[in-house]
Amino acid sequence: MEERLWDYVDGISSAHEKSVIEKLLETDSEWRHKYKEILKASILLQESIELDEPSMRFTQNVMEDIAKYRIAPAASTYINKKIIYGIAAVFVTILVAMFVYVFANVNWSSAGSGGGMSFDISKINYGKIFSSTYVNIFLMLNVIIGLVFFDKYLSVRKKKLLEQDSANTAI
Amino acid sequence: MATQPSDNDLIVQVLRGNQQVFAELVKRYQNFVFTIILRYVENREDAEEISQDVFVKAYRSLADFRGDSKFSTWLYTITSTTCITHLRRKKQDVFSLDQENVFARAENLNSGFTANEVEQKSKINMVNSAIALLSPDDAQVITLFYKAEQSLDEIATIMGLETNTVKVRLHRARQRLREKMEKHFVAELSDLR
Repeated sequence: MEERLWDYVDGISSAHEKSVIEKLLETDSEWRHKYKEILKASILLQESIELDEPSMRFTQNVMEDIAKYRIAPAASTYINKKIIYGIAAVFVTILVAMFVYVFANVNWSSAGSGGGMSFDISKINYGKIFSSTYVNIFLMLNVIIGLVFFDKYLSVRKKKLLEQDSANTAI
Repeated sequence: MATQPSDNDLIVQVLRGNQQVFAELVKRYQNFVFTIILRYVENREDAEEISQDVFVKAYRSLADFRGDSKFSTWLYTITSTTCITHLRRKKQDVFSLDQENVFARAENLNSGFTANEVEQKSKINMVNSAIALLSPDDAQVITLFYKAEQSLDEIATIMGLETNTVKVRLHRARQRLREKMEKHFVAELSDLR
């Protein structure tokens, strides 16, 4: 009962609980008596808690301390989520492409002949793969996309820093 | 009648480069921050030093305050984490004020007051002295809820807990507070009833 009444007095009961308690307060004298006690205690707490105070010089000390510092730029100005998502997309694309290539070269019809995969990794001709035009184009595209994102990130950062500096010098 | 600028208005001004405006924010919250920290540390000098650290941290990372919570909630979160870091660094045990200090405060009755004022002062002293006997976490929950007017969700953010945990902790803190009052302030309690 006490816990429910405290929640009611503190205003944190749900709407349903609130209506249940209000009905009980109308009909039950024990609940009413307890409610008055708890209400009195709540008011006492709200009115009585005192705060301690620091020294008179506290504000001045803080202001002297912060005079040495600049406000750091918000993390969102130098952590551009689009860049991160872009880089992640590049890596995911590479992984997907690798899986597609590997599974496309698996000989699925040789099931039962030895139990293992029929294609032997040690026999893969890496020179042939990386001399393939399509693979090279794909890798180059990834590098170019990565460089484009990196350049965009650096120019945004430079622009923000320049804006901040001009705002500070204006004041 | 001119109304006081809101915390968010002051923050905007500070971010535009008006550093002196930050002093107003310090004045508004220094007592809260200091009181919370004093519950955890041994003495006022340490509490003041940590409080200063809190405001410096708040200033330096002000650009990261997004305004989706109250400034006070954000500040008290910094307070809580700074305090814990300081205590871990010093490997300090957390304790409440010792009994002597508590009772010296409780006996602070001035004969110059009227009877009503004496009773009011007695009530205030009793509550604050009893709070001082609680554990720092219990005292913090009660102070944040009743004095700093933080909601349960906000207190959960500040203390790094779930909202239901804060609710349970608040109930237990009140129970323990009542036990302290019944144990140490029998006369004052009977006067209140």
